[in-house]
Amino acid sequence: MSGVLHQVLSGLATGSIYASLALALVMIYKTTHHVNFAQGEMATFSTFIAWSLIEAGFSYWVAFLLAVAVSFVIGLAIQALLMRRLANAHVLSAVGVFIGLLLIFNSISGWIFGYTVKAFPSPFESGNEKPVLGGYLSAHELGASLVTLAVLLAVYAFFRFTTLGLAMRAVAFNPQSSRLVGIRVDRMLALGWGLAAALGAIAGIMIAPIVFLDPNMMAGILLYAFAGALLGGIDNAAGAVAGGFAVGVIEALGGAYVVGTELKLTIALLSIVAVLIFKPNGVFGRHVVSRV
Amino acid sequence: MITKPGLLAQTARIPERNAIVWRGAIVFKLIGLAAAIAATFVFSGYHLFQLTMVIIYAIAILGLNIVTGYSGQISLGHGAFYAIGAYVSAILMTQYNLPYWATLPAAALVCAIVGFAIGLPALRLGGLYLALTTFALAITLPQILKYRAFEDWTGGVQGIVLAKPDAPFGLPLSADQWLYLFSLAVGVVAFVLARNLLAGRIGRAMRAVRDHPIAAEAMGVHLALLKTKTFAVSALFTGVAGALGAIAVQYVAPDSFSVFLSIVLFVGLVVGGVASVAGAVFGAAFVVYMPNVAEKISKAAPDAIYGIILIAILFFAPSGVAGALARIAERVRGKDRFKDGIPLQGGTR
Repeated sequence: MSGVLHQVLSGLATGSIYASLALALVMIYKTTHHVNFAQGEMATFSTFIAWSLIEAGFSYWVAFLLAVAVSFVIGLAIQALLMRRLANAHVLSAVGVFIGLLLIFNSISGWIFGYTVKAFPSPFESGNEKPVLGGYLSAHELGASLVTLAVLLAVYAFFRFTTLGLAMRAVAFNPQSSRLVGIRVDRMLALGWGLAAALGAIAGIMIAPIVFLDPNMMAGILLYAFAGALLGGIDNAAGAVAGGFAVGVIEALGGAYVVGTELKLTIALLSIVAVLIFKPNGVFGRHVVSRV
Repeated sequence: MITKPGLLAQTARIPERNAIVWRGAIVFKLIGLAAAIAATFVFSGYHLFQLTMVIIYAIAILGLNIVTGYSGQISLGHGAFYAIGAYVSAILMTQYNLPYWATLPAAALVCAIVGFAIGLPALRLGGLYLALTTFALAITLPQILKYRAFEDWTGGVQGIVLAKPDAPFGLPLSADQWLYLFSLAVGVVAFVLARNLLAGRIGRAMRAVRDHPIAAEAMGVHLALLKTKTFAVSALFTGVAGALGAIAVQYVAPDSFSVFLSIVLFVGLVVGGVASVAGAVFGAAFVVYMPNVAEKISKAAPDAIYGIILIAILFFAPSGVAGALARIAERVRGKDRFKDGIPLQGGTR
């Protein structure tokens, strides 16, 4: 029984990271109806930035904040340079551009930082590991989940209680009307891209000590985030967060008791297929009826 | 009337114009085929192997084009079907001692069934869901291929080594030459079949589904079933290419079929020309020869060159190489502008 509890807690810990990446995906989906296939590689690139800043002698949290800030700017730039022009384009063009970005970020990560697998430091562990919560979680797992939870709450507060957040929700809901009441739609979309890139950076930095850093680090993580986003409903932010946590737990339990660690990614694939068969709008998603 | 005549009429060809173009095209194709056969004796060794790979990738990209180009459903995981075809062929050759040519129909059948099964849930929803599911499949597949329980069949991480087939009937051809001609024959059959499928009633239905699903449904097209069948046919073509690829490379292993393979096929599709049968050949040539060129441009980050070219094509020449060539040909002949293909770029907002 304590084994199950251990798996559930550590599933929730990794789930918090999937949740923030899933939220990043949903944020872009809700505003532009595109799924950012490059989200994982962008996050890896951000993690590499943090890694090289730490290597250069910056303290952990300074490197963390700088990397998140740089990612935010990269997100803004991608929206301003590429995505803005694709606003009304065919979905194939958008997917193609995302795949192009994926290749570019993956390749540049490998080029600048190398393909060798790197250990990434954790601010919550100081060498002599002391298990917390009665040995159920490692210090890093607890710390990472607290950080991502704080970030998720901050994002919620931003969208719920600030005028800027309200404007962004308005743009996601109805861009035409938003423009008519004087909201700068393009700026809001760029801001959404920046926030999504920053969220991805946080997810990458938090997961790197667990899975180790290399240019292909996030491919699997992105899959879990997709599964989480679909499970919660791809147009529902809160649902995607809950879905991320759920996928973390499913992964931990399935990996420990059902299929073994070798087939963990298959769990993500099967969850995606199962959601599409049984609950295509997600557990919390709305059923959208379009008028003919 | 709820149909949009302009949209659907665009997919039907104008007969008189067709006759002229048809005669020209036949001559053009025969010259191309003769050149392709002549290449058997002009090139040798690695260069001939590269040409064989061009044919194989052309079949794979043709498969992807059927579902993504003509039917408008985006697949980012066709590498998975290539891999499944390759593994079916390799397992049948090594475990069941089947001759190499007999494994192609088996690979085709297995891939069509898997394609149908994967397409069934994803295609009911349309849009991005198929792209997501197939992308997930492509990322997951190497892990499944490495799984210990299947190791007796798949050879696990080590993969399977195959023998190169010799020319039959005592023909005076080297193994490389025979392999090239065999792939060429399979390729010609695949392209003729695909062309006939796409030019006929089913092909028109596919394009109608792509351009205006609601109108297509009103005209009596069963959307979900047609999309799923299209996906199965597309997986079939790519699976045959995978089987040929296994025979040509004489080796299959999980890590040769990473998500990157699926991305390469997608890049080949866009570069060659979306919704163009001939585009598959241009795309395949790009995919095979580009890595050499890319390494000359940038030794450090060759994949980034792929990404940049992909984005540049989407922005500046969305109908790819085939579209650009067709536009040039139309201009030379002084006919109206090239119309076949997806309107990739929308207007400004």
